Amino acid sequence: MLTVTGLTKQFGGFMALNGVSFEVREREILGLIGPNGSGKTTLFNCVSGALVPTSGSIRFRDEELAGLTPDAICHHGVARTFQIPRPFRKLSILDNVAVAAHYGAAKRSSEAAARARAREILELVGLPTDGAASTTLLGAGGLKKLELARALATGPRLLLADESLGGLDPAEMHDAAEMLKRVRDQYRITIVWVEHIMAMLMRVVDRIVVLDHGEKIAEGVPRQVAEDPRVIEAYLGEKLVLA
Amino acid sequence: MDPIFLVEAAINGILLGGVLAVLALGLNLIFGVLDIVWIAYVDLVMLAMYAFYFMVQGHGWSVWVAGPATLVVGALLGIAVHLLIISPILTSAPINQLLATGGLLFFLQSFATFLWTTDHRSVRLSLPSVEIGGIFLPFTRVIPFAISILAMLALYLFLRHTYIGTAIRAVSQDRDAMALMGANPQRVYVVTSAVGGAMAGLAATLLSFQYSVHPFFGGQFGPLTFMICVLGGLGNMVGAFVASFVMSEIIAIGGVMFSTEMGYVIAFVVFIVVMFARPGGILARRE
Repeated sequence: MLTVTGLTKQFGGFMALNGVSFEVREREILGLIGPNGSGKTTLFNCVSGALVPTSGSIRFRDEELAGLTPDAICHHGVARTFQIPRPFRKLSILDNVAVAAHYGAAKRSSEAAARARAREILELVGLPTDGAASTTLLGAGGLKKLELARALATGPRLLLADESLGGLDPAEMHDAAEMLKRVRDQYRITIVWVEHIMAMLMRVVDRIVVLDHGEKIAEGVPRQVAEDPRVIEAYLGEKLVLA
Repeated sequence: MDPIFLVEAAINGILLGGVLAVLALGLNLIFGVLDIVWIAYVDLVMLAMYAFYFMVQGHGWSVWVAGPATLVVGALLGIAVHLLIISPILTSAPINQLLATGGLLFFLQSFATFLWTTDHRSVRLSLPSVEIGGIFLPFTRVIPFAISILAMLALYLFLRHTYIGTAIRAVSQDRDAMALMGANPQRVYVVTSAVGGAMAGLAATLLSFQYSVHPFFGGQFGPLTFMICVLGGLGNMVGAFVASFVMSEIIAIGGVMFSTEMGYVIAFVVFIVVMFARPGGILARRE
């Protein structure tokens, strides 16, 4: 459903992404990994429209996304979450999600419909649905859930999830990983997931793409990638024992 | 001094505070969303006051027609400033935006002088006063105050209970995130500038009840408006509202105890002291 071809992003003399190509298949969870500075976040920024690629193409369901503005890309059905949650602090939890539901859909929904949809999503991720609940009540886990709820409210077909588990305890982490699966099945969406916690990622994703220094060095099912010598050298440092 | 004068001054301070708050909220709304201070904001008020003056004195319109029409003029001016001046330099260094709106100030003052000379023009409204317990309340102040409060209530409801209002609040916190949620930031900016401009148009109408307009009217209220916004915390709407009344009370009470000029001197001194003690504004949380 998403085909990235020869994607390059250059900042002055620095190649953040250098001719990256890969494909995301309908309804899969694709893990995107790589050391810090390998270009994962730049890739997300290019696909979601925060950055305009230097060259290359990003085709999403037969439409070119490269060069579109973030709001247009959102309306095509691509949503993203941030590594560090960025809720609208002064808005209630419900309003945070409702405003995304209202503006995010390609066809703008009524206020009542947006609110109802927001409640449904909040229920799914396990956050309070009453209109007065403030974002200040939320801890790290709650903020990540809110970030996910807001992205889902825009009605995406493709969700770009940026390191959703950082800062969570093991139980929360497990719940969050299960949540992504549940979200994928319930909303019939496709997910690209950037995550540092490898054991968790390996358990959930269908396939993995590995970036290093802005280039794709491996792609495949988790077991295959974990044993790839280039991946071990670049990123894992040692052989990963799979559960 | 007869305490009744102090009571009267305090009431006049409140009445003035309402109109100042409209100015401060309009400027602050734009700053909150766009991160740009429109230096020429009160000069837009000046233009709108001329519009109101010519509608009423030139064409003999009733103030009840000219008032809303001035609101529309203000909104259009706001949109024009955004599209012609702010939008092309939105992503450039903040100092450029400050200089551009500062340049607009000189342009508007000179333009108004060129077209309408430096004559003071006023919409002569003869309204009665009401006397309550020995205190005279002129309707030329009571009516603008009442309308200001209603307008600010309307602004509050707009920001709280409409989706575009919620989007405005959201963009003021995080522009990029709001774009990712599918709201076109440019559209939010235009709506914000129109609402801020409409507040300028409203303030123009209300100020016309008491003040005459001339090309340098902006100098009379501009610095005070910025001070109120900074005192309340730039972008903080509740802070600006409170700060408007703090400043207007100091000016009004200082005015009767010493002199009008001293009232302003005290207000500015208080401003400087508060800025040292609480640089983030009176309502800012201490870090």
